[in-house]
Amino acid sequence: MITLYDYELSGNCYKLRLLMSMLGVDYKTVPIDFYPGREHKSEWFLKINPLGQLPVIDDDGLVLRDAQAILVYLASKYDPSGTWYPRDEAALLGEISQWLAFADGITGTASAARLHDALFYDFDVEAARVGAHRLFRILDEHLWFGEQEGRIWLCSAAHPTIADIACFPYIMLSEEGGIPRQDYPAIRRWCDRVKRLKGFMVMSGVFPAGPAKAA
Amino acid sequence: MAKTRCTDQVILNLWHPLAALSEVKPNVVVDTILLEERLSYAVDGKGNAAVWRDRADLIEGSTVDVATVADQLPVKHAYGYIWTSLGDPQADLFPIPEFDEADRRRLNAATIGVNVSAPRAIENFLDMGHFPYVHTDILGAEPHTEVKEYDVEISVDRDEILATRCRFFQPMAAATASGGADVDYVYRVPHPFCSVLYKSSPLDESRRDVIAVFLQPIDQEHVRAHMMLCLLDEDNEDKVIKRFQQTIFGQDKPILENQFPKRLPLDPRAETPIRADKSAIAYRRWLSQKGVTYGVIPAAT
Repeated sequence: MITLYDYELSGNCYKLRLLMSMLGVDYKTVPIDFYPGREHKSEWFLKINPLGQLPVIDDDGLVLRDAQAILVYLASKYDPSGTWYPRDEAALLGEISQWLAFADGITGTASAARLHDALFYDFDVEAARVGAHRLFRILDEHLWFGEQEGRIWLCSAAHPTIADIACFPYIMLSEEGGIPRQDYPAIRRWCDRVKRLKGFMVMSGVFPAGPAKAA
Repeated sequence: MAKTRCTDQVILNLWHPLAALSEVKPNVVVDTILLEERLSYAVDGKGNAAVWRDRADLIEGSTVDVATVADQLPVKHAYGYIWTSLGDPQADLFPIPEFDEADRRRLNAATIGVNVSAPRAIENFLDMGHFPYVHTDILGAEPHTEVKEYDVEISVDRDEILATRCRFFQPMAAATASGGADVDYVYRVPHPFCSVLYKSSPLDESRRDVIAVFLQPIDQEHVRAHMMLCLLDEDNEDKVIKRFQQTIFGQDKPILENQFPKRLPLDPRAETPIRADKSAIAYRRWLSQKGVTYGVIPAAT
Protein backbone atom coordinates (compact mmCIF):
# COMPACT_ATOMS: atom_id res chain seq x y z
CA MET A 1 0.00 0.00 0.00
CA ILE A 2 1.30 3.44 -0.92
CA THR A 3 1.59 6.06 1.82
CA LEU A 4 1.61 9.66 0.66
CA TYR A 5 3.06 12.29 2.99
CA ASP A 6 0.68 15.00 2.00
CA TYR A 7 -0.34 18.64 2.43
CA GLU A 8 -3.74 19.59 1.07
CA LEU A 9 -2.76 22.98 -0.35
CA SER A 10 0.41 21.72 -2.07
CA GLY A 11 0.19 21.51 -5.86
CA ASN A 12 3.10 19.06 -5.91
CA CYS A 13 1.22 16.72 -3.55
CA TYR A 14 -1.93 17.22 -5.59
CA LYS A 15 -0.30 16.03 -8.80
CA LEU A 16 0.36 12.66 -7.15
CA ARG A 17 -3.20 12.42 -5.82
CA LEU A 18 -4.38 13.29 -9.31
CA LEU A 19 -2.36 10.62 -11.09
CA MET A 20 -3.24 7.99 -8.49
CA SER A 21 -6.91 8.87 -8.90
CA MET A 22 -6.65 8.56 -12.67
CA LEU A 23 -4.82 5.24 -12.36
CA GLY A 24 -7.25 3.98 -9.75
CA VAL A 25 -4.44 3.29 -7.28
CA ASP A 26 -5.34 3.01 -3.59
CA TYR A 27 -3.21 4.93 -1.14
CA LYS A 28 -3.34 6.35 2.32
CA THR A 29 -2.18 9.77 3.38
CA VAL A 30 -0.18 11.02 6.32
CA PRO A 31 -1.11 14.70 6.68
CA ILE A 32 1.90 16.94 7.21
CA ASP A 33 1.39 20.31 8.90
CA PHE A 34 3.38 22.16 6.24
CA TYR A 35 1.84 25.47 7.31
CA PRO A 36 1.86 26.90 9.85
CA GLY A 37 3.56 23.97 11.64
CA ARG A 38 6.55 23.52 9.26
CA GLU A 39 6.40 19.82 10.02
CA HIS A 40 8.30 19.09 6.79
CA LYS A 41 11.33 20.64 8.50
CA SER A 42 10.87 18.64 11.69
CA GLU A 43 13.50 16.19 12.84
CA TRP A 44 11.36 13.13 12.18
CA PHE A 45 10.45 14.24 8.68
CA LEU A 46 14.03 15.15 7.74
CA LYS A 47 14.91 11.51 8.38
CA ILE A 48 12.42 10.59 5.65
CA ASN A 49 13.44 13.40 3.30
CA PRO A 50 16.62 15.25 4.21
CA LEU A 51 15.62 17.99 1.74
CA GLY A 52 12.65 18.83 3.96
CA GLN A 53 10.22 18.90 1.05
CA LEU A 54 6.87 17.42 0.16
CA PRO A 55 5.69 15.16 -1.34
CA VAL A 56 7.19 11.84 -0.32
CA ILE A 57 5.76 8.39 -0.87
CA ASP A 58 6.52 5.11 0.83
CA ASP A 59 5.51 2.13 -1.29
CA ASP A 60 6.09 -1.00 0.78
CA GLY A 61 9.40 0.32 2.02
CA LEU A 62 10.51 2.14 -1.13
CA VAL A 63 10.77 5.78 -0.08
CA LEU A 64 10.79 8.32 -2.89
CA ARG A 65 10.86 12.11 -2.85
CA ASP A 66 10.36 14.69 -5.62
CA ALA A 67 6.96 15.01 -7.29
CA GLN A 68 8.23 14.48 -10.82
CA ALA A 69 10.29 11.42 -9.86
CA ILE A 70 7.29 9.93 -8.09
CA LEU A 71 5.09 10.49 -11.15
CA VAL A 72 7.64 8.50 -13.20
CA TYR A 73 7.59 5.71 -10.64
CA LEU A 74 3.81 5.55 -10.25
CA ALA A 75 3.15 5.53 -13.99
CA SER A 76 5.87 2.95 -14.62
CA LYS A 77 4.59 0.63 -11.95
CA TYR A 78 0.82 1.11 -11.84
CA ASP A 79 -0.32 2.04 -15.34
CA PRO A 80 -1.28 -1.18 -17.13
CA SER A 81 -2.03 0.78 -20.31
CA GLY A 82 1.55 2.00 -20.41
CA THR A 83 0.50 5.34 -21.90
CA TRP A 84 1.24 7.79 -19.08
CA TYR A 85 4.97 6.99 -19.26
CA PRO A 86 5.58 4.83 -22.32
CA ARG A 87 8.81 3.06 -21.45
CA ASP A 88 9.60 1.90 -24.97
CA GLU A 89 9.23 5.16 -26.84
CA ALA A 90 12.54 6.95 -26.64
CA ALA A 91 11.53 10.21 -28.29
CA LEU A 92 8.42 10.50 -26.18
CA LEU A 93 10.38 9.81 -22.99
CA GLY A 94 12.73 12.61 -23.94
CA GLU A 95 9.82 14.98 -24.43
CA ILE A 96 8.26 13.93 -21.15
CA SER A 97 11.50 14.57 -19.27
CA GLN A 98 11.78 17.97 -20.90
CA TRP A 99 8.34 18.96 -19.63
CA LEU A 100 8.96 17.45 -16.20
CA ALA A 101 11.90 19.83 -15.89
CA PHE A 102 9.64 22.63 -17.15
CA ALA A 103 7.21 21.74 -14.35
CA ASP A 104 10.01 22.35 -11.86
CA GLY A 105 10.43 25.77 -13.44
CA ILE A 106 6.73 26.45 -12.87
CA THR A 107 7.16 25.42 -9.25
CA GLY A 108 10.10 27.80 -8.91
CA THR A 109 8.10 30.74 -10.25
CA ALA A 110 4.28 30.44 -10.14
CA SER A 111 4.27 28.38 -6.96
CA ALA A 112 6.83 30.68 -5.34
CA ALA A 113 4.61 33.70 -6.02
CA ARG A 114 1.66 31.88 -4.45
CA LEU A 115 3.70 30.98 -1.36
CA HIS A 116 4.71 34.63 -1.08
CA ASP A 117 1.16 35.96 -1.29
CA ALA A 118 -0.69 33.34 0.73
CA LEU A 119 1.85 32.01 3.23
CA PHE A 120 4.18 35.02 3.53
CA TYR A 121 7.33 33.40 2.15
CA ASP A 122 10.16 35.86 1.78
CA PHE A 123 10.59 35.60 -2.01
CA ASP A 124 11.11 38.20 -4.72
CA VAL A 125 7.51 38.03 -5.90
CA GLU A 126 7.95 40.31 -8.90
CA ALA A 127 10.79 38.16 -10.25
CA ALA A 128 8.70 35.06 -9.65
CA ARG A 129 5.75 36.53 -11.57
CA VAL A 130 7.91 37.64 -14.48
CA GLY A 131 9.46 34.18 -14.60
CA ALA A 132 6.07 32.49 -14.57
CA HIS A 133 4.76 34.68 -17.40
CA ARG A 134 7.82 33.80 -19.48
CA LEU A 135 7.16 30.08 -19.01
CA PHE A 136 3.43 30.46 -19.60
CA ARG A 137 4.08 32.30 -22.87
CA ILE A 138 6.36 29.48 -24.06
CA LEU A 139 3.82 26.86 -23.01
CA ASP A 140 0.89 28.70 -24.58
CA GLU A 141 2.67 28.91 -27.94
CA HIS A 142 3.64 25.25 -27.75
CA LEU A 143 0.03 24.29 -27.08
CA TRP A 144 -1.37 26.65 -29.71
CA PHE A 145 0.87 25.29 -32.45
CA GLY A 146 0.05 21.79 -31.23
CA GLU A 147 -3.64 22.47 -31.68
CA GLN A 148 -2.99 23.51 -35.29
CA GLU A 149 -1.27 20.16 -35.84
CA GLY A 150 -3.89 18.12 -34.02
CA ARG A 151 -1.77 17.60 -30.88
CA ILE A 152 -3.82 18.42 -27.80
CA TRP A 153 -1.44 17.29 -25.04
CA LEU A 154 2.02 18.52 -24.10
CA CYS A 155 3.92 15.68 -25.75
CA SER A 156 3.65 14.19 -29.23
CA ALA A 157 1.15 11.48 -28.42
CA ALA A 158 -2.57 11.01 -28.86
CA HIS A 159 -2.99 10.65 -25.11
CA PRO A 160 -1.94 12.60 -22.02
CA THR A 161 1.28 11.72 -20.23
CA ILE A 162 2.68 12.48 -16.79
CA ALA A 163 4.07 15.68 -18.31
CA ASP A 164 0.53 17.07 -18.43
CA ILE A 165 -0.07 16.07 -14.82
CA ALA A 166 3.23 17.58 -13.70
CA CYS A 167 2.57 21.00 -15.25
CA PHE A 168 -1.14 21.30 -14.47
CA PRO A 169 -1.41 22.13 -10.73
CA TYR A 170 0.70 25.25 -10.36
CA ILE A 171 -0.68 26.65 -13.61
CA MET A 172 -4.20 26.21 -12.24
CA LEU A 173 -3.20 27.86 -8.95
CA SER A 174 -1.27 30.73 -10.55
CA GLU A 175 -3.88 33.40 -9.84
CA GLU A 176 -3.28 32.91 -6.12
CA GLY A 177 0.19 34.28 -6.82
CA GLY A 178 -1.13 37.23 -8.82
CA ILE A 179 -0.48 35.58 -12.21
CA PRO A 180 -3.62 35.74 -14.37
CA ARG A 181 -4.02 33.38 -17.32
CA GLN A 182 -6.27 35.51 -19.47
CA ASP A 183 -3.52 36.04 -22.05
CA TYR A 184 -2.95 32.32 -22.50
CA PRO A 185 -6.02 30.90 -24.27
CA ALA A 186 -4.32 27.69 -25.38
CA ILE A 187 -3.26 27.01 -21.79
CA ARG A 188 -6.83 27.53 -20.64
CA ARG A 189 -8.19 25.10 -23.23
CA TRP A 190 -5.56 22.53 -22.27
CA CYS A 191 -6.46 22.94 -18.55
CA ASP A 192 -10.09 22.16 -19.37
CA ARG A 193 -8.99 19.06 -21.28
CA VAL A 194 -7.04 17.86 -18.25
CA LYS A 195 -10.09 18.50 -16.06
CA ARG A 196 -12.23 16.30 -18.30
CA LEU A 197 -9.95 13.26 -18.07
CA LYS A 198 -11.42 10.17 -16.45
CA GLY A 199 -10.56 10.04 -12.77
CA PHE A 200 -9.86 13.78 -12.49
CA MET A 201 -10.14 15.15 -8.96
CA VAL A 202 -9.90 18.66 -7.56
CA MET A 203 -7.92 20.22 -4.74
CA SER A 204 -8.69 23.40 -2.80
CA GLY A 205 -8.39 26.23 -5.31
CA VAL A 206 -9.06 24.07 -8.38
CA PHE A 207 -12.62 23.75 -9.62
CA PRO A 208 -14.00 21.13 -12.01
CA ALA A 209 -14.71 22.05 -15.64
CA GLY A 210 -18.22 22.22 -16.97
CA PRO A 211 -19.21 19.72 -19.65
CA ALA A 212 -17.45 20.17 -22.99
CA LYS A 213 -19.39 22.02 -25.67
CA ALA A 214 -20.61 19.71 -28.41
CA ALA A 215 -18.54 20.26 -31.56
CA MET B 1 -0.86 60.82 17.26
CA ALA B 2 1.08 59.83 14.17
CA LYS B 3 -0.59 60.45 10.85
CA THR B 4 -1.97 57.28 9.28
CA ARG B 5 -2.66 56.34 5.67
CA CYS B 6 -6.05 54.99 6.72
CA THR B 7 -8.30 57.92 7.58
CA ASP B 8 -11.31 55.87 8.71
CA GLN B 9 -11.47 56.71 12.40
CA VAL B 10 -13.91 53.88 13.15
CA ILE B 11 -11.44 51.34 11.81
CA LEU B 12 -8.40 53.04 13.32
CA ASN B 13 -9.96 52.81 16.78
CA LEU B 14 -10.61 49.07 16.58
CA TRP B 15 -8.44 46.26 17.85
CA HIS B 16 -6.91 44.29 14.97
CA PRO B 17 -5.25 40.87 15.07
CA LEU B 18 -1.60 40.51 14.04
CA ALA B 19 -0.50 36.93 14.70
CA ALA B 20 -1.22 33.71 16.56
CA LEU B 21 0.69 33.76 19.85
CA SER B 22 1.54 30.07 19.50
CA GLU B 23 3.48 30.76 16.32
CA VAL B 24 5.70 33.60 17.52
CA LYS B 25 9.19 32.82 18.79
CA PRO B 26 9.90 34.59 22.08
CA ASN B 27 12.08 37.71 22.06
CA VAL B 28 12.43 37.93 18.28
CA VAL B 29 11.18 40.89 16.25
CA VAL B 30 8.59 40.12 13.56
CA ASP B 31 7.37 42.62 10.97
CA THR B 32 3.84 42.88 9.67
CA ILE B 33 1.51 45.39 8.04
CA LEU B 34 -1.75 46.76 9.40
CA LEU B 35 -3.84 49.34 7.54
CA GLU B 36 -0.85 50.11 5.30
CA GLU B 37 1.39 50.87 8.30
CA ARG B 38 4.54 48.84 8.86
CA LEU B 39 4.51 47.46 12.38
CA SER B 40 6.75 45.16 14.39
CA TYR B 41 5.86 42.93 17.31
CA ALA B 42 7.46 40.53 19.74
CA VAL B 43 6.45 38.34 22.68
CA ASP B 44 8.51 37.24 25.65
CA GLY B 45 7.04 33.77 26.24
CA LYS B 46 5.74 34.88 29.64
CA GLY B 47 2.52 36.40 28.39
CA ASN B 48 3.81 39.83 27.47
CA ALA B 49 3.80 41.29 24.00
CA ALA B 50 4.82 44.57 22.45
CA VAL B 51 3.77 46.18 19.19
CA TRP B 52 5.40 49.24 17.73
CA ARG B 53 5.81 51.12 14.48
CA ASP B 54 8.59 49.62 12.40
CA ARG B 55 11.92 51.31 13.05
CA ALA B 56 15.51 50.91 12.02
CA ASP B 57 16.98 50.00 15.41
CA LEU B 58 14.70 46.96 15.81
CA ILE B 59 14.80 45.09 12.54
CA GLU B 60 13.03 41.82 11.83
CA GLY B 61 14.81 38.81 13.27
CA SER B 62 16.73 40.74 15.90
CA THR B 63 16.50 39.90 19.59
CA VAL B 64 14.49 42.18 21.82
CA ASP B 65 13.33 42.47 25.41
CA VAL B 66 9.68 43.47 25.00
CA ALA B 67 9.66 45.37 28.30
CA THR B 68 12.26 47.83 27.02
CA VAL B 69 10.65 48.80 23.72
CA ALA B 70 9.84 52.51 23.61
CA ASP B 71 6.75 54.03 21.99
CA GLN B 72 4.57 50.95 22.09
CA LEU B 73 1.14 50.72 20.52
CA PRO B 74 -1.81 49.36 22.52
CA VAL B 75 -1.59 45.59 22.84
CA LYS B 76 -3.97 42.85 23.87
CA HIS B 77 -3.88 39.06 24.01
CA ALA B 78 -7.20 37.53 23.08
CA TYR B 79 -8.36 34.20 21.68
CA GLY B 80 -4.79 33.11 21.05
CA TYR B 81 -3.77 36.16 19.05
CA ILE B 82 -1.90 39.42 19.53
CA TRP B 83 -4.11 42.44 18.85
CA THR B 84 -3.23 46.07 18.47
CA SER B 85 -4.78 49.37 17.46
CA LEU B 86 -3.61 52.45 15.61
CA GLY B 87 -6.17 54.65 17.33
CA ASP B 88 -7.90 54.88 20.65
CA PRO B 89 -9.44 51.43 21.23
CA GLN B 90 -12.12 50.43 23.72
CA ALA B 91 -10.82 48.56 26.74
CA ASP B 92 -12.45 45.27 25.80
CA LEU B 93 -12.62 43.21 22.68
CA PHE B 94 -15.92 41.47 21.84
CA PRO B 95 -16.58 38.45 24.09
CA ILE B 96 -16.39 34.78 23.04
CA PRO B 97 -17.31 33.07 26.33
CA GLU B 98 -16.88 29.56 24.88
CA PHE B 99 -13.16 30.21 24.51
CA ASP B 100 -12.71 29.69 28.25
CA GLU B 101 -14.50 26.31 28.43
CA ALA B 102 -11.90 23.87 29.69
CA ASP B 103 -12.69 20.92 27.42
CA ARG B 104 -12.28 22.78 24.16
CA ARG B 105 -9.45 22.59 21.63
CA ARG B 106 -8.18 26.06 20.79
CA LEU B 107 -5.95 26.58 17.80
CA ASN B 108 -5.04 28.76 14.86
CA ALA B 109 -5.96 26.75 11.75
CA ALA B 110 -3.75 29.07 9.72
CA THR B 111 -3.01 32.67 8.90
CA ILE B 112 -3.37 33.08 5.16
CA GLY B 113 -2.83 36.09 2.91
CA VAL B 114 -5.79 36.78 0.66
CA ASN B 115 -6.13 39.29 -2.14
CA VAL B 116 -9.55 40.52 -0.99
CA SER B 117 -11.02 43.41 0.96
CA ALA B 118 -11.91 42.53 4.56
CA PRO B 119 -15.66 43.23 4.14
CA ARG B 120 -15.91 40.98 1.06
CA ALA B 121 -14.27 38.19 3.07
CA ILE B 122 -16.69 38.65 5.98
CA GLU B 123 -19.63 38.53 3.61
CA ASN B 124 -18.44 35.27 2.09
CA PHE B 125 -18.04 33.84 5.60
CA LEU B 126 -21.71 34.68 6.28
CA ASP B 127 -23.00 33.14 3.06
CA MET B 128 -24.48 29.64 3.11
CA GLY B 129 -25.64 29.68 -0.50
CA HIS B 130 -22.21 28.76 -1.86
CA PHE B 131 -21.70 25.64 0.29
CA PRO B 132 -22.88 23.01 -2.23
CA TYR B 133 -20.99 24.60 -5.11
CA VAL B 134 -17.70 25.65 -3.53
CA HIS B 135 -17.42 23.14 -0.66
CA THR B 136 -18.95 20.25 -2.58
CA ASP B 137 -19.41 17.07 -0.52
CA ILE B 138 -18.04 18.76 2.61
CA LEU B 139 -20.22 21.68 3.67
CA GLY B 140 -22.91 21.07 1.08
CA ALA B 141 -24.00 18.91 -1.83
CA GLU B 142 -26.54 19.10 -4.60
CA PRO B 143 -29.53 18.83 -4.57
CA HIS B 144 -29.54 20.26 -1.01
CA THR B 145 -29.00 23.82 -2.18
CA GLU B 146 -31.81 25.72 -0.51
CA VAL B 147 -30.91 28.34 2.09
CA LYS B 148 -33.86 28.01 4.44
CA GLU B 149 -35.40 31.07 6.08
CA TYR B 150 -33.29 32.36 8.98
CA ASP B 151 -33.35 35.35 11.33
CA VAL B 152 -31.01 38.33 11.40
CA GLU B 153 -30.86 41.15 13.88
CA ILE B 154 -28.54 44.04 14.49
CA SER B 155 -28.14 44.05 18.26
CA VAL B 156 -27.91 47.64 19.42
CA ASP B 157 -26.84 46.67 22.96
CA ARG B 158 -23.95 44.53 21.87
CA ASP B 159 -23.27 46.41 18.64
CA GLU B 160 -23.15 43.27 16.57
CA ILE B 161 -25.03 41.36 13.91
CA LEU B 162 -26.60 38.07 14.88
CA ALA B 163 -27.95 35.52 12.40
CA THR B 164 -29.81 32.64 14.01
CA ARG B 165 -31.90 29.63 13.02
CA CYS B 166 -29.57 28.94 10.11
CA ARG B 167 -29.73 25.31 9.01
CA PHE B 168 -27.93 23.54 6.22
CA PHE B 169 -27.46 19.95 5.14
CA GLN B 170 -23.74 19.14 5.32
CA PRO B 171 -22.16 15.89 4.12
CA MET B 172 -19.02 16.39 6.25
CA ALA B 173 -19.58 19.25 8.70
CA ALA B 174 -16.31 18.86 10.66
CA ALA B 175 -13.27 16.62 11.01
CA THR B 176 -15.26 14.75 13.66
CA ALA B 177 -18.31 14.16 11.42
CA SER B 178 -19.14 10.61 10.43
CA GLY B 179 -21.76 11.36 7.79
CA GLY B 180 -24.22 13.91 6.47
CA ALA B 181 -26.37 15.89 8.89
CA ASP B 182 -28.55 18.97 9.11
CA VAL B 183 -26.31 21.45 10.87
CA ASP B 184 -27.44 24.46 12.88
CA TYR B 185 -25.47 27.65 12.49
CA VAL B 186 -25.36 30.92 14.39
CA TYR B 187 -23.29 33.76 12.98
CA ARG B 188 -22.08 36.79 14.86
CA VAL B 189 -20.37 39.82 13.39
CA PRO B 190 -19.15 41.65 16.48
CA HIS B 191 -16.45 43.66 14.68
CA PRO B 192 -16.46 45.04 11.11
CA PHE B 193 -13.61 42.69 10.15
CA CYS B 194 -14.24 39.70 12.45
CA SER B 195 -16.95 37.07 12.48
CA VAL B 196 -17.70 34.20 14.81
CA LEU B 197 -19.58 31.11 13.68
CA TYR B 198 -21.24 28.57 15.95
CA LYS B 199 -22.19 25.23 14.43
CA SER B 200 -23.63 22.04 15.88
CA SER B 201 -20.96 19.80 17.31
CA PRO B 202 -21.03 16.30 15.81
CA LEU B 203 -20.01 15.03 19.27
CA ASP B 204 -22.48 16.79 21.57
CA GLU B 205 -25.80 18.01 20.23
CA SER B 206 -26.28 20.43 23.10
CA ARG B 207 -23.10 22.36 22.28
CA ARG B 208 -21.56 24.13 19.36
CA ASP B 209 -18.14 24.31 17.75
CA VAL B 210 -16.81 27.86 17.42
CA ILE B 211 -14.97 28.97 14.29
CA ALA B 212 -13.90 32.57 13.96
CA VAL B 213 -12.26 34.52 11.21
CA PHE B 214 -10.24 37.51 12.39
CA LEU B 215 -9.10 39.65 9.48
CA GLN B 216 -6.02 41.80 9.61
CA PRO B 217 -6.45 44.44 6.91
CA ILE B 218 -3.12 44.95 5.15
CA ASP B 219 -4.68 47.58 2.93
CA GLN B 220 -8.14 48.12 1.46
CA GLU B 221 -7.86 45.11 -0.84
CA HIS B 222 -5.60 42.65 0.99
CA VAL B 223 -5.95 40.83 4.30
CA ARG B 224 -4.22 38.34 6.47
CA ALA B 225 -7.01 35.97 7.54
CA HIS B 226 -6.49 34.40 10.96
CA MET B 227 -8.71 31.36 11.49
CA MET B 228 -9.44 30.56 15.11
CA LEU B 229 -10.90 27.19 16.03
CA CYS B 230 -12.42 26.42 19.41
CA LEU B 231 -13.83 22.93 19.06
CA LEU B 232 -15.05 19.86 20.84
CA ASP B 233 -12.78 17.14 19.50
CA GLU B 234 -11.03 14.59 21.68
CA ASP B 235 -9.59 12.41 18.96
CA ASN B 236 -8.10 14.23 16.01
CA GLU B 237 -4.55 15.54 16.04
CA ASP B 238 -4.21 19.31 15.68
CA LYS B 239 -2.92 18.91 12.15
CA VAL B 240 -5.99 16.93 11.09
CA ILE B 241 -8.26 19.66 12.42
CA LYS B 242 -6.18 22.34 10.71
CA ARG B 243 -6.19 20.39 7.45
CA PHE B 244 -9.98 20.29 7.44
CA GLN B 245 -10.25 24.03 7.94
CA GLN B 246 -7.49 24.88 5.45
CA THR B 247 -9.18 22.71 2.84
CA ILE B 248 -12.37 24.72 3.28
CA PHE B 249 -10.55 28.03 3.24
CA GLY B 250 -8.49 27.04 0.20
CA GLN B 251 -11.75 26.45 -1.66
CA ASP B 252 -13.05 29.90 -0.73
CA LYS B 253 -9.84 31.69 -1.63
CA PRO B 254 -10.20 31.91 -5.44
CA ILE B 255 -13.82 32.98 -5.01
CA LEU B 256 -12.77 35.78 -2.65
CA GLU B 257 -9.93 36.87 -4.91
CA ASN B 258 -12.21 37.14 -7.92
CA GLN B 259 -14.82 39.42 -6.35
CA PHE B 260 -15.41 42.56 -8.35
CA PRO B 261 -15.33 45.34 -7.39
CA LYS B 262 -12.85 44.34 -4.71
CA ARG B 263 -14.27 46.79 -2.19
CA LEU B 264 -17.70 46.07 -0.81
CA PRO B 265 -20.37 48.41 -2.23
CA LEU B 266 -22.62 49.71 0.55
CA ASP B 267 -25.20 51.32 -1.70
CA PRO B 268 -28.20 48.96 -1.50
CA ARG B 269 -28.74 49.36 -5.24
CA ALA B 270 -25.18 48.42 -6.21
CA GLU B 271 -25.62 44.64 -6.12
CA THR B 272 -28.87 42.70 -6.17
CA PRO B 273 -29.33 40.51 -3.11
CA ILE B 274 -31.59 37.47 -2.82
CA ARG B 275 -33.46 36.36 0.30
CA ALA B 276 -30.55 34.13 1.34
CA ASP B 277 -28.38 37.26 1.59
CA LYS B 278 -30.29 38.70 4.55
CA SER B 279 -27.23 38.63 6.78
CA ALA B 280 -25.13 40.34 4.10
CA ILE B 281 -27.75 43.07 3.74
CA ALA B 282 -27.66 43.63 7.51
CA TYR B 283 -23.86 43.66 7.47
CA ARG B 284 -23.72 46.31 4.73
CA ARG B 285 -26.31 48.42 6.52
CA TRP B 286 -24.42 48.10 9.80
CA LEU B 287 -21.14 49.19 8.15
CA SER B 288 -22.97 52.18 6.63
CA GLN B 289 -24.49 53.12 9.98
CA LYS B 290 -21.09 53.00 11.61
CA GLY B 291 -19.67 55.18 8.87
CA VAL B 292 -17.02 52.64 7.81
CA THR B 293 -15.20 53.73 4.66
CA TYR B 294 -12.16 51.43 4.62
CA GLY B 295 -12.41 48.46 2.22
CA VAL B 296 -15.85 49.54 1.06
CA ILE B 297 -17.44 51.76 -1.58
CA PRO B 298 -19.60 54.01 0.60
CA ALA B 299 -23.16 54.70 -0.50
CA ALA B 300 -23.59 58.05 -2.21
CA THR B 301 -25.00 60.62 0.18
